[in-house]
Amino acid sequence: MTDATEEIPEVDYVEGSGIPIRGNDIDTDQIIPARFMKVVTFDGLGEFAFFDLRFDDEDNQKDHPMNEERFQDANVMVVNNNFGCGSSREHAPQALMRWGIDAIIGEGFAEIFAGNCLALGIPTVTADHETINALQQWVEDNPDKEIEVDVAAETVRYGGNEISVSVDDAQRQALVEGIWDTTALMKANRNAIEETAANLPYLDQTRSDVEADD
Amino acid sequence: MSNGTLYDKVWDRHKVTTLPNGQDQLFVGLHLIHEVTSPQAFGMLKERGLEVARPDLTHATVDHIVPTANQDRPYADDAAERMMAELEENVRDAGIEFSDPTTGNQGIVHVIGPEQGITQPGKTIVCGDSHTSTHGAFGALAFGIGTSQIRDVLATQTIAMEKQKVRKIEVNGELGEGVEAKDIILEIIRRLGTEGGVGYVYEYAGEAIENLGMEGRMSICNMSIEGGARAGYVNPDETTYEWLEATDYFQENPEKFEELKPYWESIRSDEDAEYDDVVEIDASELDPVVTWGTTPGQGIGIDDPIPEPESLADDKVDTARRAQKHMRVEPGETMNGYEIDVAFLGSCTNARLPDLRRAARIVKGREVDDDVRAFVVPGSQRVQQAAKEEGLKDVFEAAGFEWRNAGCSMCLGMNEDQLEGDEACASSSNRNFVGRQGSKDGRTVLMNPRMVAAAAITGEVSDVRDLKEVNLA
Repeated sequence: MTDATEEIPEVDYVEGSGIPIRGNDIDTDQIIPARFMKVVTFDGLGEFAFFDLRFDDEDNQKDHPMNEERFQDANVMVVNNNFGCGSSREHAPQALMRWGIDAIIGEGFAEIFAGNCLALGIPTVTADHETINALQQWVEDNPDKEIEVDVAAETVRYGGNEISVSVDDAQRQALVEGIWDTTALMKANRNAIEETAANLPYLDQTRSDVEADD
Repeated sequence: MSNGTLYDKVWDRHKVTTLPNGQDQLFVGLHLIHEVTSPQAFGMLKERGLEVARPDLTHATVDHIVPTANQDRPYADDAAERMMAELEENVRDAGIEFSDPTTGNQGIVHVIGPEQGITQPGKTIVCGDSHTSTHGAFGALAFGIGTSQIRDVLATQTIAMEKQKVRKIEVNGELGEGVEAKDIILEIIRRLGTEGGVGYVYEYAGEAIENLGMEGRMSICNMSIEGGARAGYVNPDETTYEWLEATDYFQENPEKFEELKPYWESIRSDEDAEYDDVVEIDASELDPVVTWGTTPGQGIGIDDPIPEPESLADDKVDTARRAQKHMRVEPGETMNGYEIDVAFLGSCTNARLPDLRRAARIVKGREVDDDVRAFVVPGSQRVQQAAKEEGLKDVFEAAGFEWRNAGCSMCLGMNEDQLEGDEACASSSNRNFVGRQGSKDGRTVLMNPRMVAAAAITGEVSDVRDLKEVNLA
């Protein structure tokens, strides 16, 4: 049970300025091209986020919000539908997080991508197409203004507006209560784990090298 | 909510408890690891002073970065060498079995698990790779996971997940000539959309699925993730058991086969199981399917017109416009005759022995088009060896294909096998995303293995039914 005392921050609220990334079906190959995954740590991935959309063959900057001066301090990304589809690579949310993103508001997220974000304490909250479009436009017009993502209340406030957003129940609870890092949570259940394993017919039940309790 | 499905039953058997965050904690029966997504997880484990809980339920291979040409160590690519060395150190320290290239068992993680018999019905299987859904072909619950989850599994042999809905996809009717499993799954994704499966696992059923061999079922389950589903599976049956009985594991432990069979039977979906959704597809209506765009959902029959973006659902219009610009295709055209520069026969979707056999029947006695770079990358060293013994290697080489060593290769371009510039590739792999094959201007057309063979020969996307098949024997 000792690990359960590890400090995991509560993420019930994120505020900061926004950056719009437009387009449906943005896959994780776009978010972090495979060639940048030839690394054994996630350090330094931030500079490669959306690399091929941001730079041409000569490494000149292309037209992309992440290259624009006005969005450099943004930490709330506003995206469209099916964001993060494709590969399960955690390198994708790691790259966005290391670029500076703390929360993502969108029309919809691919399952594994949202799960990977949760494991990093990044909320992925959703709203409908019109709402997101309006927010993206507002961010374009107000790059330096604050957006408040209230995970607990499932609302987003910006420029005097308050919109309802959806946060997956388990995600909300995990973020708000600071229980999104599941290793410690799950390790605490070692007896129940052993019990479950003991009832699985395909496991060799003669195994006796179960370590002493931590 | 679903009830009485394989998903419900296997989930219940593996559920440890419900966590305070509302997710279920599931025991993991098999954890497959490879060099790209695991080193960071081992790093996190070390940081926390934790050990690998069940090295006996963990199995490693190297696939994404392994060179398919010169495999002498150290690898020519320093980054690849570092990743390989890191994996070697991690598995050695933890005592994890490793199908490395010197064993003759190395290959793509989703090819070697089934091959060695460690992929079994009723297991929960996870791996830091979205195509882990492949193992569902055996009636396993198999999920692709991220690196933080790999850390969880290494530390606890469990994973936190929310239970999902189950959609039964019933594929009835008989497949026509030249049409195969790959076409079924491309059609499913086209119809239901790339995000149609979000919140679901897919149960594939119906006579067309039952009539497939294990390799075809694997091709279908493999691409469940392309349809947005977190997993896909087929109920185990005699076809499954035949495959299992022939694997190393059950050859070495024949008593296990009889011992486990009742469990496998027990986890099959009940006749009166309840599903959250049911979709029916008539396999006899299908032609070979090819993609015209940059998502796997943008597919059409070989002679069908490329759609007008405006004719698609509102949220697909923009994606389709961008895709058509990238691929340089026009609405109304067909993909038949689309010129290609590269033909890639490989990947965890279609690099198994029957895939190579079918392709070889098209290739034999013909020559690869002068302007095409064509190569075959077997899914594993065992496939490579078996194909060589059967003479398939000779068939491919005689036609002008390059014959390579096992790995992921040009599916995602993490080794030296990459598209250059705006090359167009006929590919048996699973993703046609922009940049996927190593060049951001590269153009990928997904299709079944025989269609790749046909494209290699003609130099353009072609209807394989127009090429006579040759008997290999």
